[in-house]
Amino acid sequence: MEESRAAAVQELRARFAAGQTRPAEWRAKQLRGVLRMATEMEAEICDALHADVGKPKTEAHVHEISLVKSSCLFALKNLKKWMKPKKVHARLMTFPSTARITKEPLGVVLVISAWNYPLLLSLDPVIGAIAAGNAVVLKPSEVAPATSSLLAELLPRYVDSACIKVVEGGVSETTALLEHKWDKIFYTGNSKVGRIVMAAAVKHLTPVVLELGGKCPVIVDSNVNLHVTAKRIAAGKWGCNNGQACIAPDFIITTESFAPKLLEALKKVLEKFYGKDPLLSADLSRVVTPNHFNRLLDMMDDEMVSDKIVFGGQRDEQKLKIAPTIFLDVPLDSAMMKEEIFGPLLPIITVDKIHESFGLINSMTKPLAAYLFTRDSKLQKQFESTISAGGMLLNDTSVHLTNPHLPFGGVGESGTGSYHGRFTFDAFSHGKAVLHRGFGGEAKARYPPYSSAKLKIMKGVLVGKLGAMIQAILGFPRGK
Amino acid sequence: MGTMAASVEEIGAAAPQALELHALQHLGELRSTFESGRTRPLAWRQSQLRGLLRLLAEKEDEAFRALHDDLGKHRAEAYRDEVGVLIKSCNAALREVGKWVAPEKVWAPLVAFPANAQVVPEPLGVVLIFSCWNFPLGLSLEPLIGAIAAGNAVVLKPSELAPATAKFLEDNIGDYMDATAVKVIQGGPAVGEQLMEQRWDKVLFTGCPRVARMVMAAASKHLTPVALELGGKCPCIFDSASVGTGRNLQTSVNRVIFAKWSSCAGQACVAIDYILVEERFAPTLIKMLKSTLKRFMADSDQMARIVNARHFQRLTGLLKDPAVAASVLHGGKLDAKSLCIEPTILLNPPLDSAIMTEEIFGPLLPIITVKKIEDSIAFVRARPKPLAVYAFTNSAPLKRRIVEETSSGSVTFNDAVVQYGIDTLPFGGVGQSGFGQYHGKYSFEMFSHKKAVLKRGFLVEAMLRYPPWDEQKIAMMRHLYRYNYIRFIFTFLGLSRT
Repeated sequence: MEESRAAAVQELRARFAAGQTRPAEWRAKQLRGVLRMATEMEAEICDALHADVGKPKTEAHVHEISLVKSSCLFALKNLKKWMKPKKVHARLMTFPSTARITKEPLGVVLVISAWNYPLLLSLDPVIGAIAAGNAVVLKPSEVAPATSSLLAELLPRYVDSACIKVVEGGVSETTALLEHKWDKIFYTGNSKVGRIVMAAAVKHLTPVVLELGGKCPVIVDSNVNLHVTAKRIAAGKWGCNNGQACIAPDFIITTESFAPKLLEALKKVLEKFYGKDPLLSADLSRVVTPNHFNRLLDMMDDEMVSDKIVFGGQRDEQKLKIAPTIFLDVPLDSAMMKEEIFGPLLPIITVDKIHESFGLINSMTKPLAAYLFTRDSKLQKQFESTISAGGMLLNDTSVHLTNPHLPFGGVGESGTGSYHGRFTFDAFSHGKAVLHRGFGGEAKARYPPYSSAKLKIMKGVLVGKLGAMIQAILGFPRGK
Repeated sequence: MGTMAASVEEIGAAAPQALELHALQHLGELRSTFESGRTRPLAWRQSQLRGLLRLLAEKEDEAFRALHDDLGKHRAEAYRDEVGVLIKSCNAALREVGKWVAPEKVWAPLVAFPANAQVVPEPLGVVLIFSCWNFPLGLSLEPLIGAIAAGNAVVLKPSELAPATAKFLEDNIGDYMDATAVKVIQGGPAVGEQLMEQRWDKVLFTGCPRVARMVMAAASKHLTPVALELGGKCPCIFDSASVGTGRNLQTSVNRVIFAKWSSCAGQACVAIDYILVEERFAPTLIKMLKSTLKRFMADSDQMARIVNARHFQRLTGLLKDPAVAASVLHGGKLDAKSLCIEPTILLNPPLDSAIMTEEIFGPLLPIITVKKIEDSIAFVRARPKPLAVYAFTNSAPLKRRIVEETSSGSVTFNDAVVQYGIDTLPFGGVGQSGFGQYHGKYSFEMFSHKKAVLKRGFLVEAMLRYPPWDEQKIAMMRHLYRYNYIRFIFTFLGLSRT
């Protein structure tokens, strides 16, 4: 097993060294291959996603397949532009000279994916890694086994499998992979494993991108369009893998006086979306594994919060389904408020005045996303400047991740590095500075033996004094 | 994690062995300062940068003295490589910071209409900068400029191996900058370890891979993002054929000497480590190096000394290998008392000797000959990626091959080390030479988080976003995601079959 893994990595190294992944044509061909795969295998992909997390067909299309395709198209459209070296201003100090920044691939990279968006979180980083000209190993999540084996079976048919490989497996396989030398490791998952990945990267001083999670707060002010707000919160929470998404709203903060209205609006919307018995709705993902199901049950039935439930609470252990469940004013030291929920439970925390929500959020670790619903532009400005999060969205949830011009990534506990669009390309590239000098512009002043005359000229050159520059170029000071 | 302490003798006697309680309390103060928002306003950042400029102007003599004490640097070298570069960087930051902090508007697709998308830079928080001993002022303050411009609170940990400069920083920074937001903590490896037990919002480490691993391992416990500025063996490909024998040859030799011996006696991460040249040209090159060295380095005070006894022993050790000693063509004189090693040139030491497998970081220059200059490319590729690749050549094909087929932090043609001073170029390594880039705007970005901010209105509501789902909704979303608005409208109006 280890031999075949080592052999695979070695083959990737050899292919990369031979330059196979560098030409734009090769990169474009692979991207078109991924695009074809996502198009031709739609039905199989939907089936796998349904088998793994009970993902509704619409979510499979809208949140995974469509995004993979648009990612491919965006990369194909911009590939030449991204690959082009960028000319920068070379300073007068080194006149005459020209300066450029040229993007080169890092080499052989490892992408470790997650189980909640098992297609998207596997292919989106891989698309960028390929666009940047790297050889890639993809390790899909073993917690989504149907998608993992589908990728292992399909990808080699659509892309150059000598340079892009899928390695399946669990913890031991991932640990073994991490022992090898990578030029970059891209990990999506939780912060506990994120630490393990970063610690493993130390061995070869490998740079990492860690896309982690956090408790994404939603602040709801009272001057909002309540119906639209409730719909957008519901779509972002339960319409995203039933809350099992890194950018899903984790909890709500609103004023004590507004909470009842918001709660009523959410109840109405939920009934419209999922009917009177949500456990029967085909539009809700199930909980991924019995482990996570029990974790959520423990969280829900914890006596600190169990009496705070105001909506939902239905569960089906057989089908691993939990209905959208809302809690009101759970204690801040309950597990529900200390850990990332990653499920269909939504606590509403009330405060006296809406501004108090900022202090509460800042007392927690920085989340991947923070949301605010309000029409008050002053509150918006304050939110933007006071709260630190990977990304922020005003008056909506989740959709910012579909904009390929916005960097997507965390800060602090929610991660390091970002991607999407050009940012993925950059994450897997090295921006190499290239300076061309000619032999003219010989400044004697820079060489020993040193003298105060030379020092004077150098001082002038370094602050950009034209006179000193001319003197330097003309070979002053004369003599030594 | 192994201990960072190598041997007590090498650490300056004055360096604290452990963080005192009050120093630890300082760290809490920095966090409060940052959270109070004090370091965010543009005016505060500019005032700090101006304070730094005043420090560099008013305390120039003390700075020169400290650098001379620590490394025997001549004032001219100290100015050219450290003080002067810092003044330039500080001025540039003052000029540009207003632009850097401005949010960047980005395109938002019609599907999100009405929407406003921006990328807003924000400070990371409280950051830690580990400096190095060879450019103890420059490698402390250059990152500091970026961290401050980005609005962070900063702890600076200068290298204990350059104690005079560390003391200079500790004595002066508080007088010229906001002491509640910028602190200098002196100490040795034990202090470094203690600092890394804390959580930081970013750590920049400049130094060697061995210690870098310890820093990164400690950082992983807190998920602290790190940037590592390491070194490597920076090769210099000398294409004598295209350089010729006239003035260009002299210019090239001047620049090689500058990049090897004139920059802290070769103790620089961007110094030329070794030269690759065609066999037939080696004698000419060596002759020119010798004669030019005689002119430039007539006095011993023209070159910095070796930083301490341990590094002196290390360099001496490189020459002990008999095969290596036999390859010495010039120089080789060692003075343990003054810690001076004269410029030394070697011709073809064995490729598996320590001098050719480890970063030299000293005034020893191996010249390796190749049959054809193009063979240099394979030679460089076979080795770990260095911080810089240099080439003296006029051949456009060779230049192109070097850029495309080798990988390094940077490439400079027909000069060396000068790329360090150009703030429009990112400075940093790749592979074994590190990761993370700074200088100029890149310093600001190194210590910032670029936050995506998307603003929407309530007005336009896309019904198709919400369950319950059906095929028509799926089709419409497909078109929207491909920005295919015509087909979207048709489907919406029921004029297109799903």
